Amino acid sequence: MTPPRRSRVLALVAATALAVPLAGCGAEDTKGSDQTLTVYAAASLTGTFTELGQQFEATHPGVTVSFSFGGSSDLVSQIQGGAPADVFASADLKNMDKLSADQGSTPVAFASNTLEIVTPPDNPGKVDSLDDLADQDLAIAVCAPEVPCGSAAATVAAAAGITLAPDTEEQSVKDVLAKVSSGEADAGLVYVTDARAAGAGVNGITFPESASAVNVYPITTLKDSKNPDLAAAFMAFVSSTEGQAVFAAAGFAPAP
Amino acid sequence: MSRPRSTGLPRWVYVPAGLGAAFVLLPLVAIVLKVDWANFGSLITSESSRDALSLSLRTSTASTVLCVLIGVPMATVLARTTFPGQAVARSLVLLPLVLPPVVGGLALLYTFGRRGLLGHTLEVLDLQIAFSTIAVVLAQTFVALPFLVVSLEGSLRTAGDQYERVAATLGAGPTTVFRRVTLPLVLPGLLAGAVLSFARAMGEFGATITFAGSLQGVTRTLPLEIYLQRESDPDAAVALALVLVVFAVVVITIARPDRTTR
Amino acid sequence: MSFTFSAEVADRDVVAAFEIAPGETVALLGPNGAGKSTVLAVAAGLLAPETGRVVLDGRDLLDTARGIDVRPHRREVALLAQDPLLFPHLSVRENVAFGPRSRGQGRRPARARATDWLEQVGLADLGERSPAQLSGGQAQRAAVARALAAEPRLLLLDEPMAALDVAVAPALRQTLRRVLAERTTLLVTHDVLDALLLADRVIVMEGGRIVEDGPTRDVLARPRSSFAAQLAGLNLAAGTWTGTHVQLADGTALHGIVAGPQPAAGEQVVASFRPRSVAVHLDDAAGSPRNSFPVVVTDLEPLGDLIRVRSEHLSADITAPAVADLDLVPGTPAHFVVKATEIAVYRLT
Repeated sequence: MTPPRRSRVLALVAATALAVPLAGCGAEDTKGSDQTLTVYAAASLTGTFTELGQQFEATHPGVTVSFSFGGSSDLVSQIQGGAPADVFASADLKNMDKLSADQGSTPVAFASNTLEIVTPPDNPGKVDSLDDLADQDLAIAVCAPEVPCGSAAATVAAAAGITLAPDTEEQSVKDVLAKVSSGEADAGLVYVTDARAAGAGVNGITFPESASAVNVYPITTLKDSKNPDLAAAFMAFVSSTEGQAVFAAAGFAPAP
Repeated sequence: MSRPRSTGLPRWVYVPAGLGAAFVLLPLVAIVLKVDWANFGSLITSESSRDALSLSLRTSTASTVLCVLIGVPMATVLARTTFPGQAVARSLVLLPLVLPPVVGGLALLYTFGRRGLLGHTLEVLDLQIAFSTIAVVLAQTFVALPFLVVSLEGSLRTAGDQYERVAATLGAGPTTVFRRVTLPLVLPGLLAGAVLSFARAMGEFGATITFAGSLQGVTRTLPLEIYLQRESDPDAAVALALVLVVFAVVVITIARPDRTTR
Repeated sequence: MSFTFSAEVADRDVVAAFEIAPGETVALLGPNGAGKSTVLAVAAGLLAPETGRVVLDGRDLLDTARGIDVRPHRREVALLAQDPLLFPHLSVRENVAFGPRSRGQGRRPARARATDWLEQVGLADLGERSPAQLSGGQAQRAAVARALAAEPRLLLLDEPMAALDVAVAPALRQTLRRVLAERTTLLVTHDVLDALLLADRVIVMEGGRIVEDGPTRDVLARPRSSFAAQLAGLNLAAGTWTGTHVQLADGTALHGIVAGPQPAAGEQVVASFRPRSVAVHLDDAAGSPRNSFPVVVTDLEPLGDLIRVRSEHLSADITAPAVADLDLVPGTPAHFVVKATEIAVYRLT
């Protein structure tokens, strides 16, 4: 897919107009000229990226980082449709690949995530291993195979040699989490980070087969960015030591 | 041939009216243009599509029946009696119409869910509602009911109670009057309301995904299937969306007010 | 007594009590807002009065003192309003069969009964039509058939002719005259002809109270209320139809316009005309289109801005200057002159 020609022309005009005031200014030295950096990021990055944004604003006076969080594939369609994003962080490599024509730099993996079983805090189904998710009598919530967390669930089930017995195949990890934390489902498969973010609302159970489906998060700048330097700075910050500390605190594993 | 002439509209009215029409019609045209016609047949007849369509038709039929069974008495009580708090009751009946469907889904979850208000009672009765087709029907009924009640209450008020009074003085008891006079007189309104309810049930998404979950053949109705296919197979999503649009157009044509009211 | 009524409806300021004998037809007359419809609504059970008692054929329909209030459908009281209100979704025959069906009759006997009644009101051929295909007069006759097919012990008629064309009202009046004979009926009307032709007795209401109650002839001959007086002013003359005019008992020929069904020669008819249509002359100056009656003035009575000039049987309303010009006093011989177009002739049977 190619972006509509009109938006490319507009972006070109905008870039030319901005080139003059920006000339001679380093990315780190933007005092006095208010700039906004627009970051499109997968919904599972909501907590970490919000924190990273605040830290980035603190070290870059005059810069405002604004986020649009959503499903990776939704964000891809929006960017392809001409949405004014400077940076894109995806929850999987597949969606990042869809955007190859719009990338302003080579994508870099900055974190990874694995699946974990979650149950309601009192664990009414007495779930303790992945095998229990094949139990027809329990109410099981997973992601639909069409979305990334669902294909990961299918991969770990195959690695464990079981057939999942889902009662619902949800659209996203958050939906699975909601079904479990409300007690409607006895167990569900979500990312470690989501389980941790839910805190006491759910009970997390790790399982060895999760290693078979490691989800990698890539980030890239976008070709049509009005602030390529600032975008590159943010991308670098995500992979920096300070940035990585934020991911580790949220339960993400380092990029492989 | 002579034709009656209206007294005329100001010409400028046609401009916003035309723009409005375009605003409604263009998105439909856009969907039609987006359809992958070469594979249209296979896209809408895939197993998951057929399951979704069949589930939607079955659940919508069930919820329409449910709407009629409980909506007709509700509309009749609202239109034919006066009781304290009637205005409030009428507004509350309309609530699902203006409530975001997700909120409706949450409300249903807190009522019929395992840990909801009636959860324990349902468990004792060994009724599992969560993740079942019943949950879909409940969600659809919840959002579709106001359409039936509003449409029917309007018809009842327009019809008035004079025929019912005459019927009573002819010796007909309340049940006979209701069956042989009230219902037949408002039948057009009832049909229009039922068709609208059915259409609303077919299109129900938010309350279903929140309350019933999403599983092929059990709870994944056509709108949920469209939403899911959008992730992996946008062409299938567009094709199914068109099916839903065509269906909606047919329904609206059937229920058009000028065909159902005299 | 067949029907006993007494009720007080405070918010409409109506207090009324009366009785109707078995088989008697009572006309309830009165100006708009006099409380006539309120009385009917209470009798039918469609309005609950503050206090009251209604008894029909020995059965209490309403007794506020004892907390009795029989629902309308159990009262065996049928109500026929101005508007026929035929059920639009049923055929004419099904409309008439509605009462019998509601009282538990099977489809077949109910249809047979409906057919009988349609015949009685002259609609035998129209049973399969939908009410929308009937004329106003036909619809009202179908409504009469429907009310009677329910076999009510009491029939309430609320100005059944009011919404009809002047031209078709007489035909319905003839029908009612036939079917109401021997039937306990309360008829609300504005029209003195209804009272004369249909009722045995007249009750007059004004301002929510009954002001007169008595045999029709008596009330109209000696009206005590202003409403009855206005009504009673209508000139009526009974005679025989010759085929071209009315032959009165004293031999006078009276030319008028037949309203309703054409009478056969030799048939009994009644001619009616308003006092305002009557001119008073001292000599017989009538031309051919006019009817002229020799009379002797018996009485002069102011009536609003006019003077009512009475003779033994007829009255004329003329202006005060005209009375002065003619020098009319009781005992003056004069001629009452009426145009033929002002006289309506009705069949009596």
